Amino acid sequence: MLETFAIPLLQAVVVVNSVLVAVTFLVLMERKVIAWAQSRLGPMRVGPHGILQALADPIKLILKEDITPTRADRWVFTIAPIMSLVPALVVFSVVPFGFEFPYWISNINVGLLFIVAVTSIGVYGIILGGWASNSKYPLLSSLRASAQLISYEIAVTITLVSVVLTSGTLNLIGIVEAQRDFELPLLGTGVWFAFTQPVALVLVFIGGLAETNRMPFDLPEAETELTGGFHTEYSGMRFSMFFLAEYANIIVISAVIAIMFFGGWMPPFSNVAALDFLEVIPGWIWLISKVFFVLYMFIWLRATLPRYRYDQLMNIGWKVLIPIALANLVLTAIMKVLVA
Amino acid sequence: MLEAVVFYVLGGMILGLGVLVITAKSAVHSVLFLVLNFLFVAALYVTLNAEFLAVIQIMVYAGGIVVLYLFVVMLVNLKRAHEQHADPRRLGVIGMLLAGVVLIEVVAISVSTASRDAAPVVASAVREFPERLNDPLLNTERLGWVLYTDYLIPFELASMLLLVAMIGAIVLARRDA
Repeated sequence: MLETFAIPLLQAVVVVNSVLVAVTFLVLMERKVIAWAQSRLGPMRVGPHGILQALADPIKLILKEDITPTRADRWVFTIAPIMSLVPALVVFSVVPFGFEFPYWISNINVGLLFIVAVTSIGVYGIILGGWASNSKYPLLSSLRASAQLISYEIAVTITLVSVVLTSGTLNLIGIVEAQRDFELPLLGTGVWFAFTQPVALVLVFIGGLAETNRMPFDLPEAETELTGGFHTEYSGMRFSMFFLAEYANIIVISAVIAIMFFGGWMPPFSNVAALDFLEVIPGWIWLISKVFFVLYMFIWLRATLPRYRYDQLMNIGWKVLIPIALANLVLTAIMKVLVA
Repeated sequence: MLEAVVFYVLGGMILGLGVLVITAKSAVHSVLFLVLNFLFVAALYVTLNAEFLAVIQIMVYAGGIVVLYLFVVMLVNLKRAHEQHADPRRLGVIGMLLAGVVLIEVVAISVSTASRDAAPVVASAVREFPERLNDPLLNTERLGWVLYTDYLIPFELASMLLLVAMIGAIVLARRDA
């Protein structure tokens, strides 16, 4: 009883709360990094160097008035933010933070597919939120968002298949173990998939930007065209659920990239004997630092790149990313046969 | 015992949601109930240890196809969110006939397979990996193995069918060709 219910429940509470706290600090980090990139200071007033801004923002959002437009579809309007947040948090149930039991909640054999499947449910929140608002800009935004998500999901999933082909398993722990154990000519074992599958890394990163509506693909929230996107009519707690879902999804995609390409909880260059002292640092700290490295890349790109036009976005997805992903898959399959 | 309870609860939810799909006033609500229905079907697969099928069910149906349904419904139904259904009696006869055919099919399949020892998938998995028979974690591997050996031709035919459908859709959608 204790092992089947109490411990996973405790783990879930810890992980969900950590993710939500991480989101508030991620927003602060984003504002700070972008400010530095633009030679500003960013938030400075709440606490030393604005560090308590991460607490002030959620308090403000919770205390705000929660408005439902009179012509909105009341039920769907309420459900949409929940449908967007819940899948983003459910995904963390299969993210492993280390080899042994207490570091993962559930170790299922189709972990990677589970992540792809559950995140694809999150798109309903965006579509329904825009539709239920009964307002034209949110509707346009949600149509854009769903077309964008479906298009880029194809490219990302095909790319993930080539990584699965390399590792031979869909299990996330198995994928990290494959990066530890695979013996390569000249390099030996412990080589991350970032080095053996560099094309896949770039494709998943670009696809991840598009799937989480980040710059330079944030057309569903293009404020100059759509006043704010699918959540224009939302306020208060329901708006913050969309907000949390968006950032939780960014953390999810960063975690997937860290696990699949940067060796998960392994210290860097574990094949070099001189760097063995890095093993002292626990694996979950390595994983979290890798996740934050990828998050930093996301923020850096937002500060650097302008937004694409919508037809450019679709061209990149269908005419560039998907053909490269297919070519990479075929090449991986050929290499696999040649090596074996 | 627990398995039976879970099965009947899930089955009841699936049937109830199915009824809601066809009785909901707004087409968008119907689609929402359909998504929930698919999620419960996926849960049913999990209870059968078919976790690969469950995840594919969510990914393909709930996450892919129904999103496209919703897309179409939203585009077509913008002005008339609460459109009334057409006269149910007109389509009732055809519906009853089709339902009858499906019922006969289900009964026929269950009668004809009840006499066999096990489904062919399990049989061939036992042949290939006799030592791993009780390992529930292997069904992705098993499914791949069976699809590319015993069911290779049906599998390839189905993929050709999808390819033809895709090319057909592209040809129809192109106006300037």
